[in-house]
Amino acid sequence: MFYWLQKNLPRIVISPSFAVILWFVYGFIIWTFYVSFTKSKMLPRYDFWGIQQHFRLWSNMRWYTAVENLLIFTVLFVVLCILIGILLAILLDQKIRTEGFLRTIYLYPMALSFIVTGTAWKWILNPTLGIQKLFRDLGFTDFTFDWLVNREMSIYTIVIAAVWQSSGFVMALFLAGLRSVDDEIIKAAKIDGAGLYSIYITIILPMLRPVFMSSIVILIHISIKSYDLVIALTAGGPGTSSDMPAVFMTQMAFHRSEIGMASASAVMMFLTVLAIIVPYLYSELRRQDASR
Amino acid sequence: MQAADPQLQALERSTSHKRTFYRWLLFLILGVFGIYYLTPMYVMIITSLKSMEEIRQGNLMTLPKEIIFDAWKIAWSGRGYDAGDVFLRPFFWNSTKMVIPAVFLSTFLGALNGYALTKWRFKGDNMVFLLFLFGCFIPYQAILLPMARTLGMLGISNSITGLVVVHTVYGLSFTTLFFRNYYVSISDEIIKSARIDGAGFFKIFFKVLLPISSPIIVVTVIWQFTNIWNDFLFGSSFSFGEAAPIQVALNNMVLTSTSVKQYNVDMAAAFIAGFPTLIVYILAGKYFIRGLTAGSVKG
Repeated sequence: MFYWLQKNLPRIVISPSFAVILWFVYGFIIWTFYVSFTKSKMLPRYDFWGIQQHFRLWSNMRWYTAVENLLIFTVLFVVLCILIGILLAILLDQKIRTEGFLRTIYLYPMALSFIVTGTAWKWILNPTLGIQKLFRDLGFTDFTFDWLVNREMSIYTIVIAAVWQSSGFVMALFLAGLRSVDDEIIKAAKIDGAGLYSIYITIILPMLRPVFMSSIVILIHISIKSYDLVIALTAGGPGTSSDMPAVFMTQMAFHRSEIGMASASAVMMFLTVLAIIVPYLYSELRRQDASR
Repeated sequence: MQAADPQLQALERSTSHKRTFYRWLLFLILGVFGIYYLTPMYVMIITSLKSMEEIRQGNLMTLPKEIIFDAWKIAWSGRGYDAGDVFLRPFFWNSTKMVIPAVFLSTFLGALNGYALTKWRFKGDNMVFLLFLFGCFIPYQAILLPMARTLGMLGISNSITGLVVVHTVYGLSFTTLFFRNYYVSISDEIIKSARIDGAGFFKIFFKVLLPISSPIIVVTVIWQFTNIWNDFLFGSSFSFGEAAPIQVALNNMVLTSTSVKQYNVDMAAAFIAGFPTLIVYILAGKYFIRGLTAGSVKG
């Protein structure tokens, strides 16, 4: 008995946590999947209703707005963060003395919550007293900046605040990548007469392919889950013009009594994340195996 | 990327003017970006120190003519009347009461899991780890509704206890990942010799492994603290009214300020809500970054 206990102690120790993960992660995901195939409204019902909720979801105009916004947001957010991140990482890698100080400044927004970020940017982008007034005071009397209350432009204000918050993080990832590049390669290229610019474009950046991959995956992952920032900055408005899937889901779940459709939208989000994460994890694990 | 070879030095001397120019350009660009990242913080702080009248007269960047702390007082402890007076003090303590047990529990369990997974290998341990790992990636919308029902059934919805449970459960994947990756790199020889000396599972954990785990403990605690303190999704989904954490209260405060918008109070409140994580970042930035790169694909 004592021997059995001793032999199985590691399993016994890990089993409560494991059971919790099985139930609260996998069990709950299965629940959400199932409920997305039922007629559930305010309360969950468990009689099977086929794919009606998914059908309703994809014929809902608001969901289309949310998906369209997600696409716009993701493309701009990923591209801008990566451009700024690479630029800052390369510049910081030129052996400058104030590197540590500057890095601290570039990365501090990451320590703030999206609600704090949203609150600050809501004030800065305020159509009457914010940036607009600043530029008018500077002499540009016709300057108008009303994106926050403009249906066509509201989604871009979320991009602005999100890039401010996350681009420093991409800088940190690329800086770590640059540090792992062997200096000898650069020296050899310099002796061959290559300029610094072409060294970066043709030699170093292609070597950072794994950093590109993980940055893109991380940024897409952040954008699919975007919720807090939208709530704090625009609350999905004006109207539903800056809605995003995560906002749509919580709205349907907690305010519209549409548990079935909320689950269907959560399933869509989950499958999208899965489609991005699984190939990524697979290639990561293979890369690690190959380098072993 | 400067090199000391004589060949290169000759090359570099010929282009030294060009180099000085590029050096200045480099610092100019870096400086501009520094200003870009700092401006919102600057705007937040100066706005919080102005009166509403001055805010309307001046603009975003003008320094306050007279520094007043009224907005800070209102943001922290309210105006002193009952109806519709939202202020942060009680919610700041809610978040504190939530974050301490949740960080402690999730970190401790993560350490124990990481230890069992790496130093006492058992059949299927890799599969168990993979299932833990996957928990880092799920979008929380996929578990939001069943979690709300579960908390209701357990009778802990809309309570600090409920939020502690939620944050501990969904933090487990990350903390286990952190400790597992750290313990993998620690030599098995230490464990073996301790076992030969007759030490058991727990004795080795507490006496041998934990004392050398401080770097990863710091990384994990900072990661969990930042994420739980900054959480809004769980807080807003599972609590309201008096049990809300600070981020939810901040958002409510900004939304529900009566009749006239008090931007100075909003900014003071935003600063208060962001202050604890900012301090941790400034004091322990190195560990903060290490956690970010290790667990960045967060649910």
